[in-house]
Amino acid sequence: MDLLYARAQMGLSLAFHILFAAAGIALPLLMVLSDLKAWRTRDADYTALSVKLAKGTAILFAVGAVSGTVLSFELGLLWPGFMGTWGEVIGLPFALEGTAFFTEAVFLGIYLYGRDRISPGLHLFSGVMVALSGAASAFFVTLVNTFMNDPVGFTLTATGPVDVDPVAAMFSPGWVHQTTHTLVACYQASAFAMVGIHALVLLRHPGLTFHRKALSVALPLACLSALVQPLVGHQSAEHVARAQPVKLAAAEALFETQRGAPLSVGGLPDMETGTLRYALELPRGLSLLAFSDPNAEVKGLEEFPRDEWPPVTKVHLAFQVMVGAGGAMALLALVTLALRWRQGAWPEGRRMLGAWLVCGPLGAVAMEAGWLVTEWGRQPWILRGVMRTADAVTPVGALAVPFWTFTLVYLFLGVMVVFLLVRQVAGTVPHGREPHEVAHAH
Amino acid sequence: MPTELLLGGVLVAALVLYALFGGADFGGGVWDLLASGPRQAKQRELIARALGPVWEVNHVWLILAVVILFSAFPRAFAALSVALHVPLTLLLLGIVFRGTAFTFRTYDARADRVQRRWGLVFSGASVLSPAVLGLCVGAMAGGELGGGERGLFSGWLSPFALAVGVFALCLFAFLAAVYLTAETSEPALQEDFRRRALGAGVAVFVAALGVLVLARGGAPRVWEGLTTSSYALVLHAATAVVAVLAFGLLLTRRFAWARVAAAAQVGLIVAGWAASQYPYLVVPDLTLQSAAASPVAQRVLLMALAVGAALIFPSLLLLFRVFRAPPRTS
Repeated sequence: MDLLYARAQMGLSLAFHILFAAAGIALPLLMVLSDLKAWRTRDADYTALSVKLAKGTAILFAVGAVSGTVLSFELGLLWPGFMGTWGEVIGLPFALEGTAFFTEAVFLGIYLYGRDRISPGLHLFSGVMVALSGAASAFFVTLVNTFMNDPVGFTLTATGPVDVDPVAAMFSPGWVHQTTHTLVACYQASAFAMVGIHALVLLRHPGLTFHRKALSVALPLACLSALVQPLVGHQSAEHVARAQPVKLAAAEALFETQRGAPLSVGGLPDMETGTLRYALELPRGLSLLAFSDPNAEVKGLEEFPRDEWPPVTKVHLAFQVMVGAGGAMALLALVTLALRWRQGAWPEGRRMLGAWLVCGPLGAVAMEAGWLVTEWGRQPWILRGVMRTADAVTPVGALAVPFWTFTLVYLFLGVMVVFLLVRQVAGTVPHGREPHEVAHAH
Repeated sequence: MPTELLLGGVLVAALVLYALFGGADFGGGVWDLLASGPRQAKQRELIARALGPVWEVNHVWLILAVVILFSAFPRAFAALSVALHVPLTLLLLGIVFRGTAFTFRTYDARADRVQRRWGLVFSGASVLSPAVLGLCVGAMAGGELGGGERGLFSGWLSPFALAVGVFALCLFAFLAAVYLTAETSEPALQEDFRRRALGAGVAVFVAALGVLVLARGGAPRVWEGLTTSSYALVLHAATAVVAVLAFGLLLTRRFAWARVAAAAQVGLIVAGWAASQYPYLVVPDLTLQSAAASPVAQRVLLMALAVGAALIFPSLLLLFRVFRAPPRTS
């Protein structure tokens, strides 16, 4: 039971943190892009937009920073068995991530509080540094996860790892795909959320030029990331098919090993009979996608001992959600770009705005679902093939207490953040609640 | 010098910097809670202004220390995480509420009532966190963490650990008050914080005495280190000297120098704790050497930290230069 609470607490903390971390990575880029547009067009709206984005970044970054601190402690509080033995092997990317986080915090401080104190060039440079450090920290921390999926860089003995090579461990196979997949997901989730918010405002108050300009900053990033992501995701899946066949089998709920395996869309795995029900099957699709060969053999779950199966239903559903959301976003990006090409301007019709509003949360949904696929898909291992999650958990009892405590805290913080961001946006709407100015202490 | 000693040094340095910067932030929260008198609002404003650009950065030193601990001394990290599960969780809650409340207050300052409520959360968490942090340090030094059966509360809830918690709280409050005297050019405000600094200084002295008295029974290992090892004695003597110096400088209103002396005092206290505990990381189970990662992992980590330092320190200098500009009174 305590293992379950430990996993739930870690999962909850990560699920919560990821959203804020993603915003901390992507919003600075959008903020810098608005700064650049302001510089080029001398349009005050873009400056105002970048100020708004900076405030949003400050709020989200603060929550991301404290939830990240919680995570760094939780590694030990919940998984001392893992960290005590493997901390030294994966310490390097964490140390580099710490550095990146440090520079991000420093330059965010300069950017936020220095607008009136430093030259525009230095200010812009700080913004660029924030965006770069954010990307770097996501890169490094994802490397840790890559290692957990694919542990290399040591020789395993009965007493633990020897001949440790931290650099090899940091760049375990698949690092290119997984880091790219994660980074693009961060930009995609944030850009879609931003487009969704401004689409909502424009639907209710058509003609607000500020929000049109905001769309013109966020839409290119949203469209680009939505179109790149399926390609990256495909590469990632190809790697998983070879390196972690059981994860792919669970994601596709493929119970039997098959040549020319079909790609299943949707469906509900039936664990009793070992079949997938109600799924739409595209013949030979999975073999083609995973191995670029319509007749390739794909390993089914039957190849693996029952006690090494991930939770099939959860992994399958999460995978379907991720792919479905990703597909919808890519489609919307295609339509948007086509209209942009035909009309010579970003589409602003109510129908398109509605579509963007509906798809606004999809980036975050896909990111969370994708993360669940990789984490659930690795179970029952914390370090695949080497250490089971059950062997890593803390001997401390009563883990229900911290779990519920942090659940309530995160719930409260989530509500507060939404409340504050709504106020930020409301401040840009005429006849909104009240004319808005955030009273800085100085 | 053996790599684990170097890494231990970096760990202590990170903790010193966390005490100097993050500790002062906590102290700022304490004075936010205790703001009073005719300049109550101005005091809070000064605290917020001093904290705003830097609190996020100051907080990173702690993360750095945690990362060094689990990368370089993984077994110690695991052992401490198990033994100090409850206080570390409390510390985390304090850190979460402090950071978010400060940010929420800054960006949601329209209604005084709402702002005051966030201020309360912020300052309440600022009192809780350093006290718990000190408690953890006290429990580490106490040397009852390892071995035996592990209860949720045994091992860290000792009179000695509690005394260290109170000591840390007083010390950070003192440090913050001294810093704040030099953060404003307004004489009345300077006097406010000078009085607070002097009061907190006395509290630090009393708490230190309490810690010392309890150390004999509560932390025999540290007591022994304190009284027998020569370099620990030198460190503690130096601490006493700068403490008196800081007090004198405050009395004579040399605020800029008082700030330096107070910082030196806090740094020496943290270093003194580490020195008295050496070579133990978790008394009496794990030493710096027995908890250390493999030599290759240590070397790579040191290189990464060097690269990090080459990036971080120039950035920090820039940050402080940008905000060194004389405080603007609004």
